[in-house]
Amino acid sequence: MPSAPDLYRQAFRLMLSARLVEDKLTALKRSGKIFGGVFSGRGQEALSVALGIHLHKGDIYAPLIRDQAGRLAFGDTILNTFRTYLGSALGSMRGHDGNVHRGRPREGYFAMISHLGAMVSAVGGALMARRFRGETGIVGATCIGDGGTSTGSFHEGLNMAAVEKLPLVVVVANNQYAYSTPNDRQFACESLFDRAIGYGVTGHRVSGIILADCLDVIGKAVAAARAGEGPQFVVADLLRLVGHAEHDDAQYITEAQKASPLGRDCLVLAEETLLRENRATPEEIALWKKQIDEEIEETTARVLREPAPDPEEESWIPFATDYLHPCFADS
Amino acid sequence: MNHSITYLEAICAAQRKALAEDPRVFIYGQDVGNFGGAFKATKNLAKEFPGRVLDSPISEDAMVGMAIGAAIEGMRPIVEMQFADFSTCGLNQIVNHAGTLFFRTEVPCPLVVRLPSGGNTAGGPFHSQNLEALYAHYPGLVVMTPATVEDVYTMLLEAIKIDDPVIFCEHKFLYYHLKAEKLPTEGLPVGKARITRPGRDATIVTYSAMLHESLAAAEELVGDGYEIEVVDLRSVKPLDTDTILASVARTGRLLVVSEAFPWGGVAAEVVARVTAEGFGLLDAPPQRLNSKDTPVPFHPALWGTHRPTASTIASALHRLLKL
Repeated sequence: MPSAPDLYRQAFRLMLSARLVEDKLTALKRSGKIFGGVFSGRGQEALSVALGIHLHKGDIYAPLIRDQAGRLAFGDTILNTFRTYLGSALGSMRGHDGNVHRGRPREGYFAMISHLGAMVSAVGGALMARRFRGETGIVGATCIGDGGTSTGSFHEGLNMAAVEKLPLVVVVANNQYAYSTPNDRQFACESLFDRAIGYGVTGHRVSGIILADCLDVIGKAVAAARAGEGPQFVVADLLRLVGHAEHDDAQYITEAQKASPLGRDCLVLAEETLLRENRATPEEIALWKKQIDEEIEETTARVLREPAPDPEEESWIPFATDYLHPCFADS
Repeated sequence: MNHSITYLEAICAAQRKALAEDPRVFIYGQDVGNFGGAFKATKNLAKEFPGRVLDSPISEDAMVGMAIGAAIEGMRPIVEMQFADFSTCGLNQIVNHAGTLFFRTEVPCPLVVRLPSGGNTAGGPFHSQNLEALYAHYPGLVVMTPATVEDVYTMLLEAIKIDDPVIFCEHKFLYYHLKAEKLPTEGLPVGKARITRPGRDATIVTYSAMLHESLAAAEELVGDGYEIEVVDLRSVKPLDTDTILASVARTGRLLVVSEAFPWGGVAAEVVARVTAEGFGLLDAPPQRLNSKDTPVPFHPALWGTHRPTASTIASALHRLLKL
C-alpha cells in the first residue's frame, strides 16, 4: 500500500482515467459505435476508487454500474472496458454480455447481473468458500445505489453476511436518485446509515465527494473487515452528475441540488486539493491527462479493428459440462 | 425384506457420500443443520461433517446467491429448498445468475438446488408444486426428475459432479413410499431416458412420481390385452428425444403424463418434439395428461382429482388406443 500522499495521487489518476474513459464512451455512443447503454459514474469516482484501491489481489470485488474508477483500481483495464462496450470478441465477456456487465470471476472480479442486490450474497458465497478453505485476511466488497437497498435481494444478502460474520464491505452510493426516483420515494428512514444497526453490522458514513474522506473511511472499513470484524456498511452521500444512462438528460435533478455542496464534482475537488497541498503540479496533471487520452485513443482505434463475435463459431450450448454437449447438439 | 432404503434415505446417503469424498461439497438450507431438514434429508449430516451442513436464514435469494459465489470459487454447494414452491423466491438468482454465468463469463457454476417437489396429501397450493418446466425453460440449467430410489441416489451424485447448475426435482410423494434393497454403484447418465416397461401398443412418456401411476395404468390395461411401453425421462433437461422417438416408432401412439401444470410444460415440449421430428411415426394424435390448470387444492378429495392417477391415465390410454 503506498503512503497516504502517493495513495491520493494514485487514486486521483484513476478517477481521471475513469472520467476520461467515460467521456470517450459517451462520444462513441453518440456517434453510434456502441451497442447498448453507456452508464457513467460521473460524480462518483472518489467513492468508487476508494473501494477499489483498498482491495488486494485475491480479494473479491463486485462493482456496480457507476464503478469505472473502482474497476480500474482493482485491475480492470481501459482495453477491456472498450472491448466490452464496443463488443469485441477479445474482451472478457466476448460479446456475450456488455458495458458494465463485465468481470473476470476467476480473478475475484465478479460480473454483475442487472438485478440489483443480487451480487451481495454472491460475494458472501465467495467469502464462505474462502472460509471453508481456511483462508483469512480476505475481503469481499460490493457497491450499490440508494435504490438497490430497497430490494429483497440486498436485504437477504446483507443479513446473511451478518449472520455468517463475513468480511464483507457493502458501499452504498446514495446519489439521491434511483433513475428518476428521489430518496423520499425510495425509503422512509432518516438515513440509510441507520440500517446498519438493524442488520447488526458496523456502519460508516462519509461524504462521497471528498476523496480524502472516502479513502480514509473506506480504508478503515476494508481494514476492519480484513481483521475479522464482520460486515462493514458504508453509506456515502453524493449526487449523480449525469443521467441514469446516456439517454437520460436527468431533468428531475433539481437546480438547488446541483448548486448545493452535494452537487460539487469530486474530481474537481480532488484536483484542487492536489494543487493546494502541493501534492502535484499543474504540469503533472496535464501530463497525466495527455497520457490517459493517448491510451484511450490508441485503445479505441485498436478495439474498433478487432473482430466481433462470430455466430457461426458459437457452440450455442450454455453448459460447462463437456459430456452433456451432445445432448444439446440440436438445441 | 430385512433391510430397505427409502427414496428419502437415498438422498441423504448420496449427500453423505459426496460430503465424505469431496471437500468442496457443502449443504446450505433452512433447518438442514442439527435439525436434519424439514424432511430429514440431511439427518445426522451436520454432526458427521461439522461446519459443512449449515442452516440458512429464510432467504431463498441469498441461499442461491451464496451458492453461486461459492461455486465460482470452486466449491460444490448443495442448496436445499424446504419446498420446491419456495424456490420461486430464489428464482432470480437461479435463472438470471446461475443459469447465465457460464455463457457470460466462461466460469462454470457447479451447484445443486434440491427441490422437494410435487403433491402429497393436504399439501395445498404452496407445498405441492412441480416446477421442472419453469427451470427447464431457462437456458443453462440441467433439470433432473428422478423416479426411483436408485436414480435419486446416482443422479444426485452426478448432479454434484456436473459443472453446471442442476435443479434436482425430488418428489416428496416418493420419499417414504418408495424403497429399494440396496443402493446402486452406478446408474444411467443424465440425458438418457429408461424404458421401464416395454410394450407395443402405445408409449407413455413420463417422469418422477407419475412413473409409478403410469406403470399401474399400464398393468391395468394388460387385462384388456394391451401392452403399454413406459418411458421414464429421468431428466427433463437434457431431454432424451431419441429414446422417445424410438419408442413411438415401435408403438405409433404417444401419451405424455406429467404431474405439473399443463401450460407450456414438459408434456407440451415432448409432444412438440415428437410431432415435429416423428410425425410420420404416429398412428394417432399425440396426447398429454397433466394436472388441472388450477392451483393445487388442499383437500385430499380435490387433490386426488387434480393430478393424474393410474385411473385417469388408464382412461386416457383407452381413449388414445381408440383414436
